[in-house]
Amino acid sequence: MELLILLFLPLAGALISLFPGKQSARYGAFAVSILSLAWTVGLLLRFTPDATTQFAVDYDWISQMGIRFHAGIDGISMLLVLLTNLLVPLIIWSSFGRNIDRPAAFYALILFMQTGLLLVFTALDAFLFYIGWEAALIPIYFICAMWGGKDRVKVNMKFFVYTIGGSLFMLLGIIYLYLQNPERNFDIQAFYSLNLDRSQQSWVFWAFFIAFAIKMPVFPFHTWQPDTYTTAPTQGTMLLSGIMLKMGIYGVIRWLLPVVPGGFQDWTPTVIVLSIIGIVYASLIAFKQKDGKRLIAYSSIGHVGLIVAGIFALNTQGLQGAMVQMLSHGINVVGLFLVTDILYNRLQTNKLDEMGGIAKVAPKFAAVALIIVLGTVALPGTNGFVGEFLLLLGVYEYSLWAAVFAGLTIIFGAVYMLRMYQKVMLGQTNAATASFADIKGSEQAVLYIICLLVIVLGVYPKPILNLTEAPVQQLLEQVNQKLSLVK
Amino acid sequence: MINLVWLVPLLPLLGFLINGLGRNTLSKTAVGFAGSTVILASFLISLGIFFELGGSALKSHEVFLFDWISAGDLRIPLSFLVDPLSSVMLLIVTGVGFLIHLYSAGYMHEDAGFGKFFSYLNLFVFFMLLLVLGSNYIVMFIGWEGVGLCSYLLIGFWYTNTSYAAAAKKAFVMNRIGDLGFLLGVFLLFQTFGSLEFSKIFPMAASMVPGEQTLFLITLFLFIGACGKSAQLPLFTWLPDAMAGPTPVSALIHAATMVTAGIYMIARSSVLFDLAPLTQNIIAVVGLATALVAALIALTQTDIKKVLAYSTVSQLGYMFLGLGVGAYTGSFFHVITHAFFKALLFLGAGSVIHALHHEQDMRHMGGLKKKLPVTFMTMLVGTIAIAGLPPFSGFFSKDEILAHVYQHSKVMWALGVLGALLTAFYMFRMLYLTFYSSYRGTHHAEEHIHESPKSMTIPLIVLAILAAAGGIINFPAVFGGGEWLHHWLSPVVNTHELELDHSTEYMLMGISVVGVLVSIAIAYNKYVKGKHVPVPDAAERPALVKLSYHKFYLDEIYDALIRRPLDALSGFFYRVVDKKIIDGLINGLGWSTNEASKGLRLLQSGNVGFYIFMMVFGIIGLLLYTYLSI
Repeated sequence: MELLILLFLPLAGALISLFPGKQSARYGAFAVSILSLAWTVGLLLRFTPDATTQFAVDYDWISQMGIRFHAGIDGISMLLVLLTNLLVPLIIWSSFGRNIDRPAAFYALILFMQTGLLLVFTALDAFLFYIGWEAALIPIYFICAMWGGKDRVKVNMKFFVYTIGGSLFMLLGIIYLYLQNPERNFDIQAFYSLNLDRSQQSWVFWAFFIAFAIKMPVFPFHTWQPDTYTTAPTQGTMLLSGIMLKMGIYGVIRWLLPVVPGGFQDWTPTVIVLSIIGIVYASLIAFKQKDGKRLIAYSSIGHVGLIVAGIFALNTQGLQGAMVQMLSHGINVVGLFLVTDILYNRLQTNKLDEMGGIAKVAPKFAAVALIIVLGTVALPGTNGFVGEFLLLLGVYEYSLWAAVFAGLTIIFGAVYMLRMYQKVMLGQTNAATASFADIKGSEQAVLYIICLLVIVLGVYPKPILNLTEAPVQQLLEQVNQKLSLVK
Repeated sequence: MINLVWLVPLLPLLGFLINGLGRNTLSKTAVGFAGSTVILASFLISLGIFFELGGSALKSHEVFLFDWISAGDLRIPLSFLVDPLSSVMLLIVTGVGFLIHLYSAGYMHEDAGFGKFFSYLNLFVFFMLLLVLGSNYIVMFIGWEGVGLCSYLLIGFWYTNTSYAAAAKKAFVMNRIGDLGFLLGVFLLFQTFGSLEFSKIFPMAASMVPGEQTLFLITLFLFIGACGKSAQLPLFTWLPDAMAGPTPVSALIHAATMVTAGIYMIARSSVLFDLAPLTQNIIAVVGLATALVAALIALTQTDIKKVLAYSTVSQLGYMFLGLGVGAYTGSFFHVITHAFFKALLFLGAGSVIHALHHEQDMRHMGGLKKKLPVTFMTMLVGTIAIAGLPPFSGFFSKDEILAHVYQHSKVMWALGVLGALLTAFYMFRMLYLTFYSSYRGTHHAEEHIHESPKSMTIPLIVLAILAAAGGIINFPAVFGGGEWLHHWLSPVVNTHELELDHSTEYMLMGISVVGVLVSIAIAYNKYVKGKHVPVPDAAERPALVKLSYHKFYLDEIYDALIRRPLDALSGFFYRVVDKKIIDGLINGLGWSTNEASKGLRLLQSGNVGFYIFMMVFGIIGLLLYTYLSI
């Protein structure tokens, strides 16, 4: 029951905020998201950090097909639920000073999406997972299509075709697993105990992996991402980069690795090479981007590449690093996009060359932006370091050379991030930036919270690591056991 | 006291918070007072720790704070290690740090960013203390990167100047190259020893076979890290650019403390490095090459701070040369004496710059001896100390390194002495150009020249005393000294006895002292008697001078070999691979779908007869398929 409230509170909120007028939609949506966060914290306090699934619900749904409404929370799900319900209120809050057309529809879509995301992160039935997956996509499609910048129709088309294409493969994979399942249901445990041979596992692997790889995105499935992140409205970009891409990563951990470990193992070298290419390739492209939003978009591809490499290294350090980094990346990327939003709001441009000297006129803004930048470049003491350190250690245990190339992110990240910071904040002011107003109100509140999270999680990451330690260990045991049986 | 060691870094952190949050509200006096007092308090606690350790039989104390990162069998606690090595470093960092804070209160007094400056300086000391105190490689790494951050912030302190901001970025990025090496070394350490704690790794390593490949790789990676932080070839070019920062920063971070972190780290890991002779040779060669290259560049520089910067790089090279030949205590000795005399020289240069209203070009100085007597006298002490004349501190530490080098290789020793002669020359060149002859600036400016305030001259005097007398902490046996530092460090650092007989030692010293005196005489002849002044920037120079003046074109070479190819690759990836190839494929897919649908659309002609025909055809096909497959 607790879980149902968690899942459907945002959806109910979405319905309510369709009715009233402009301001009340905004505050209503924010209140609902805060309530969701409070509910999550309540669950977290009652959560036992072991490997079990808690707060589970299991109802008959479409019994002819063996489809059940089966959901529950283990440590890994808890982390992503926390990420979602922490970021959504921040994302809504960040929009307070902005003029948004049809606010009721805008906020309703965000809350609708939240339910979809939560379904994805808690579903224990493949069909339900798929429903959540698509339910999260529809609202973000409309958010991008209706509130986006120029070229939004063309860009959105590409985004939609990419992700729908990926989903289609996944649907085929799910149906295939269903047909292989003698019990004829979509239950996750039944999928885990399927006994597929190597070649079957390979096909299923790719059917799922393409969907996940597009969502994250992994090189070379990424070209929708920079365009979409750049054109989407800021809150849409935050939802996409902060939370939605974690659907792909979560999918790999929950639905790919334990279901087809043989396929996973066979394709590990390929995926690690792709993800490392992605790190180097996207970071290099970020070097010379002139548009701040696009620069962050490419940097995100690089960061996600490292997470994927860490997961495929298949060891405790890599997986635990991926857990921390999912949370950290979500927080940092939302912070970065808020920084670009504030810049755009004041200067009407995303072009880095038209900025400069802002630290002089807006010192508070420059200070918080620096902290977020440092989190992104993984300075020890910030949240980014814990994740990247564990991920690189995990990758290292897989292969020294992989770690050398993946580790280039340490250097390249500093290059493009500090270059951006310099272009925006340092140097002399110009005509446009001379009157740049420092942050205040909701902008300031959200950025301060993000900075606090950057530092607190960097100094004391233990609660997060504790939350996921047990399920990660169990996952590894389960996979190793299954690998020893596979034909 | 040892149990209170967590206070040592905590106090500067507190200072950072007070000054950071109160930078707009607190008065300059309050900021300067708070910023300096926390460091003084840390220094006093460090003194207490030092004496308690001296009286204690146990030479290594770990103070555990909390578990920081753990995953699987990896466990990284935030804990501190108090032992002879860290206790001496604590004194240097907080002691020299305090003097420089005091000095800054005078030097930065007119600056609008006074509060910000002190908060950054406090933060730097905090991270430096973490670096020194960490009981494992990762806590050391927090400090390691943290000081890099402060270095970035302070080099770019006057960030409205674009070239200063660029220098800050360059320092951070070049340090990061080294840091990747450090991290890889750490990973390999964890894989080999299953722990990152010094107290676990070193006893295990002691039983390993010398020359093993793993040890070679570990030490090589760690050395790459040291190259970045301690400005060694090929990663040293950031340090001269770092002079863009305010002068107290150059003294504290880019001379006395941060840049010696690499030497501290290697001395700390001496057990590992002694087992990797190949790495040791690499370190010795790199150190010697850096010492010489930087000394050659320093010969022709005209900016007073640039001369000192290259001399720092060069002195760091000597320290690495010492590490490479196993003279860990000698190198660490040089770290200490260098902290004294180089901090002194930078602060002295700052006093000159302050007096001349931000003039740094030695071509516009001269004749300041009378106008700035305290600055002159103290800088003279520093110059003699770095040149290596007895009985000043630099003589003893440099001599100890060179004696060990002689034992290792006579060729390296000869080159090392050559570097020492160059050092004496360019340092006295700096002194003569600045303080001797007559003033070369405008008459108007000359009237405004005045000696610096007390808050600046007192640190100079204290440092001058230390630079002159610092040699006593490791007074060599050849002069009947007790070699205190050597004995103090021996529980935690591998120490190697010198096996030269006394007459050889006397001879080596004699050669270098005579050489140094000759160098000074040549400099005197040229710059005082000959009144030579370096030519303007644009003037033609002989080929070799030009090479030195343009820093061997290293920046240009890196630009051509690394930065520009990467930039080109960036453009290529973006415009060609991303936009044309990958997107082209996707769009091609879209296009072919479009075309296919155009074709398929023609089938839906509205002709019912055609539909029925197709349907029947399909049914027959399905039936056939079912029939055949049964």
